[in-house]
Amino acid sequence: MKTLVYVEHEGGQIKDATLAAVTAASKLGEVHALVAGSNVGAVAEAATKIAGVGKVHVADAAHLDHGLAENVAPVAAKLMETHDAFVAPATTTGKNIAPRVAALLDVMQVSEILSVEDENTFTRPIYAGNAIATVRTSDAKKVLTVRGTAFEKAAREGGSGSVEQVEAGSDTGTSSFVNLEASESERPELTSAKIIVSGGRAFGSSDQFHSLLDPLADKLGAAVGASRAAVDAGYAPNDYQVGQTGKIVAPEVYIAIGISGAIQHLAGMKDSKIIVAINKDEEAPIFQVADIGLVGDLFKIVPELTEKL
Amino acid sequence: MKVLVAVKRVIDYNVKPRVKMDGTGVDLTNVKMSMNPFDEIAVEEAIRLKEKGVATEIVAVSIGPAKAQETLRTALAMGADRAVLVQTDEEVEPLGVAKLLAKIAAEEQPQMVILGKQAIDDDNNATGQMLAALLGWPQGTFASKIDPSGGEVSVTREVDGGLETDKLKLPAVITTDLRLNEPRYASLPNIMKAKSKPLATKTPDELGVDVTRRLETLKVAEPPKRQAGDKVGSVEELIGKLKTLGVVQ
Repeated sequence: MKTLVYVEHEGGQIKDATLAAVTAASKLGEVHALVAGSNVGAVAEAATKIAGVGKVHVADAAHLDHGLAENVAPVAAKLMETHDAFVAPATTTGKNIAPRVAALLDVMQVSEILSVEDENTFTRPIYAGNAIATVRTSDAKKVLTVRGTAFEKAAREGGSGSVEQVEAGSDTGTSSFVNLEASESERPELTSAKIIVSGGRAFGSSDQFHSLLDPLADKLGAAVGASRAAVDAGYAPNDYQVGQTGKIVAPEVYIAIGISGAIQHLAGMKDSKIIVAINKDEEAPIFQVADIGLVGDLFKIVPELTEKL
Repeated sequence: MKVLVAVKRVIDYNVKPRVKMDGTGVDLTNVKMSMNPFDEIAVEEAIRLKEKGVATEIVAVSIGPAKAQETLRTALAMGADRAVLVQTDEEVEPLGVAKLLAKIAAEEQPQMVILGKQAIDDDNNATGQMLAALLGWPQGTFASKIDPSGGEVSVTREVDGGLETDKLKLPAVITTDLRLNEPRYASLPNIMKAKSKPLATKTPDELGVDVTRRLETLKVAEPPKRQAGDKVGSVEELIGKLKTLGVVQ
């Protein structure tokens, strides 16, 4: 089977999630890549070096800048005439483009796969990860998005792919990029952070949330997350929210502080490698999933932890 | 302008889904069902557009069993003007739903279709994008702010790295994220009034859409359970553990 991996890139860099998609695609067969954008020569070059990638199809044109789905999807759909599976990372970029490609091909997408069982069969989370479905597609062509935390990342070096320029299509003229207001933070992105410290309603106020958690996060080089309760209470902005309807994360270490562990929160973080819970209520459900628990007052523990680390 | 909103009847947000013993799916018998939370946000946004004088009529559409009428009545009670149910007992996939919605859009000629970014049952996050592709319209996915004016709509989207703003030509498809708004509760008088608002029923056959599933669910299982680990007694002990695990130096 010949696969086509959508290469997500920003500022000339290939995003990590792409590397997980390459690994997933390699389980299906030959891996080709699609680099779409404007002035993406360097990205294409970098893509040829990813271990396991053969041909890199490059569509380079001004109207493909910022990966507008309206312009990118037809390019991908055209390339799918000679490929069998379109594989995209399940990031906001991949989720924006892949279903549009699928509909153009009259294919039902298999979203956010966790594993490849065989070339037609995949597992995927449903009900916010409360159940795992094994699904088999009957579509001849496949469109998949890949959960980045479920696959190893392919190595950025070691590949020896070749570059082929392809037809960049035309500008549909129906959409245009205005701006990107990047999250104002020196800290890593929640969905790609190795360590996350996350706070709940127990912090009591926005001031206390930030004055206690930010220094700890900075010490650990961690991203800061929040429970829905903390977000609803206004202690943290919505894009901090980890959970069923917020962000799904699976860092190396997740430190949940003052978070009781409601179902919707657990759904967003229970695939983390190590979970640390700090909570004053020793019966809190969060302790049922935590590898390391510490019962106590966060207002004492957090400053002490920050100081002693 | 006319706005179409799509709503889905799903397991209530607060109910813990239980996998059936025979592994065929999630048990929905005697489980509370509600409108998909992201679709509530879609309905709310349409109503706000109407309150601002931008939208003139709101048509709510649902695809599902006869009971999905309740979900549509909720949308009507919130403030939608009329409703269309495409009735089927089959579980229709996003591709099928998108095809049905495309037919309804062709009949209704809305300037905007607003849908939730995903349903909290099958978590596909695909219907809006597929609908936009089928109609050849632009899409503003994961919207946290929309601002229509003069044949265009500015859409601020929640993307992994921050907030991206795109400008789309109308007609367009919008999918909602959590930050877009806080949906209102329907008042009792409005719930009563909703009972007499028009609700039309169609079938996939009448719309000429084949909704045969492409994906077969072979098995549904519970995710692997995590084991609770140890509790430590002090911050020192915690740091010691983290050192052993190589988390901190």
